[in-house]
Amino acid sequence: MNTKNGSLAASIIVLLIALAASMAAGCVLGAADIGIGDVLRVIASKLPILGRGIEVAAGTESIIWHLRLPRVILAALVGGSLAGAGVVFQAVFRNPMADPYLLGTSAGASLGGALAILLGIGFSLPGISGTGVMAFAGSIGAVFLVYGIARIRGRVSTATLLLSGIAVSAFLTAAVSLLLLFYRENMQHVVYWIMGGLGTARWDSLPGIVPGMLVALTIIGLSSRELNMLLLGDETAAHLGVSVDALKRRMLIVGALLAALSVSVSGVIGFVGLIVPHMVRLVVGPDHRRLLPTSFLAGAVFLIIADLLARSLVPPVEIPVGIVTALFGAPFFLYLLIRRKKGVA
Amino acid sequence: MNTLLTARGIRYAYTPGQDVLQGIDLAVGEGEMVGLLGPNGSGKTTLLRCISGVLGGAKGGIDLLGKPVSQYTRKELARLIAFVPQYQEVGYVFSCYDVVLMGRYAHLRGLRGESETDRRAARRAMEQTETWDFRHRPVDSVSGGERQRVMIARAIAQDARLLLMDEPTAHLDIRHQTEILDLIASLHRSHGLTVIGVYHDINLAARYAERLVLMREGNIAADGTAWDVLTPEHLKRVYGIGVSVFDSPIDGSLCVFPRPDQTAGKK
Repeated sequence: MNTKNGSLAASIIVLLIALAASMAAGCVLGAADIGIGDVLRVIASKLPILGRGIEVAAGTESIIWHLRLPRVILAALVGGSLAGAGVVFQAVFRNPMADPYLLGTSAGASLGGALAILLGIGFSLPGISGTGVMAFAGSIGAVFLVYGIARIRGRVSTATLLLSGIAVSAFLTAAVSLLLLFYRENMQHVVYWIMGGLGTARWDSLPGIVPGMLVALTIIGLSSRELNMLLLGDETAAHLGVSVDALKRRMLIVGALLAALSVSVSGVIGFVGLIVPHMVRLVVGPDHRRLLPTSFLAGAVFLIIADLLARSLVPPVEIPVGIVTALFGAPFFLYLLIRRKKGVA
Repeated sequence: MNTLLTARGIRYAYTPGQDVLQGIDLAVGEGEMVGLLGPNGSGKTTLLRCISGVLGGAKGGIDLLGKPVSQYTRKELARLIAFVPQYQEVGYVFSCYDVVLMGRYAHLRGLRGESETDRRAARRAMEQTETWDFRHRPVDSVSGGERQRVMIARAIAQDARLLLMDEPTAHLDIRHQTEILDLIASLHRSHGLTVIGVYHDINLAARYAERLVLMREGNIAADGTAWDVLTPEHLKRVYGIGVSVFDSPIDGSLCVFPRPDQTAGKK
């Protein structure tokens, strides 16, 4: 057991270093030339008492404090949450292809977002745009719809859940396409939003999502042992004392919550929740007590880097980060798949 | 002998209208070693899963220690009933030790992890089943016989009073079959463990189970000792073939063979 604990500690340390490095890169790199010293000075100047007397140029401060830093932090939270949700869905469905959007979250969010952008429906809450609120409502609504359809005589079969998720997603996606046909003039705006981006990140984006994410991740963390046992099969887990139906229900709710909170601030960012748990599993193994924290950190690093690429590959154009995650994530995923098929990994 | 388990009028249908179990009555006393026999589809495994409480929607009543199974929580049930599944491929890569330690889940309190007691119980179970030596190996990399012994170690670690086994030795070779069933028999003798096992092999059942329950189309066709149950008449009625029944020349246990004249015509 000691060796395993050792490898967990090592993985977490490596990931924390990677997180710090990617956050620093996210603050330093960009259109405006800013050094790491400026970044640290800006952060220090914001500290109570200690920060007094530290002078920073107003422009630099504004870029770092109001644009890059909240953006990097939001990327970390969204990337980590999507990876955490991916871990949960892959365990509950015992299917490596399961991703956080499986229960219609992305399609519901797209419809909510499209309605808000095209028709101006919805209202904003402090820190969250009307689009965000509608996206959250849409994704949670879709989850309840999918779950309600799959629930037969009080029991939910994962196979039915998977299929109704696909059907509801297809229906909602068609509805979005139809909307776009009628409101062509705003099409680009909607498509951009759906493909996902962190460009709207501000400090006040955080209070609306952080508590929910923390609660969801804590609940998942406390259920790690049960998630492990779920891998042995539903009946075996039940025979060992796990209340399988209650566990799955709880995990689906918090997984969907993580996905919905993420789409509400950043649109639909694909592939993070699918591939990050896979990559991490190859290194730390299937134990959720290790898989969850490492996946969260790896997801955070992955999305910070993807977002950095999204805004710096073809300046001044900002590519939707969902395109970057798929462009880089998909080939890497295929590489892992082929490697494993050949029996190397 | 105290009654451990009482089943009254158990009916179960996977698809409505097609009862796989058609009203089973069965009482099992503490310390019994029962073998369930019957052709494919006669309802043996379904009965076992009804007893373990994983099949929702079964009609009739199953009492465990005088209390309906449905009124126990899953954790409480897991402290009373352990289940050794059929040999199957596994899709997970936990170490053998981790898999056995999962048998202690029902004994964990609140959010606390495994204690020294739990780790000791897991180790003892693995030593009894001679699986301790390969505890660090992933469970999908050990041989079929070794993996089944790990599953039995997990059931032992669970520290339950009733052991349910669903053809624990199917697909295993004759040596591993004997090893595993000898192990179960010794646990039964030394710990007074109650065992209800499904067997596909009549001769193994006759040899290891003290009481046999012969099932046919969701009903109990015969119930008693091997000599009472495994008569040519019963087996003809249940399996539809003629058999010869005789004493084994080696240890006097009962042996059943298909009668040559019955199978010759089919060649």
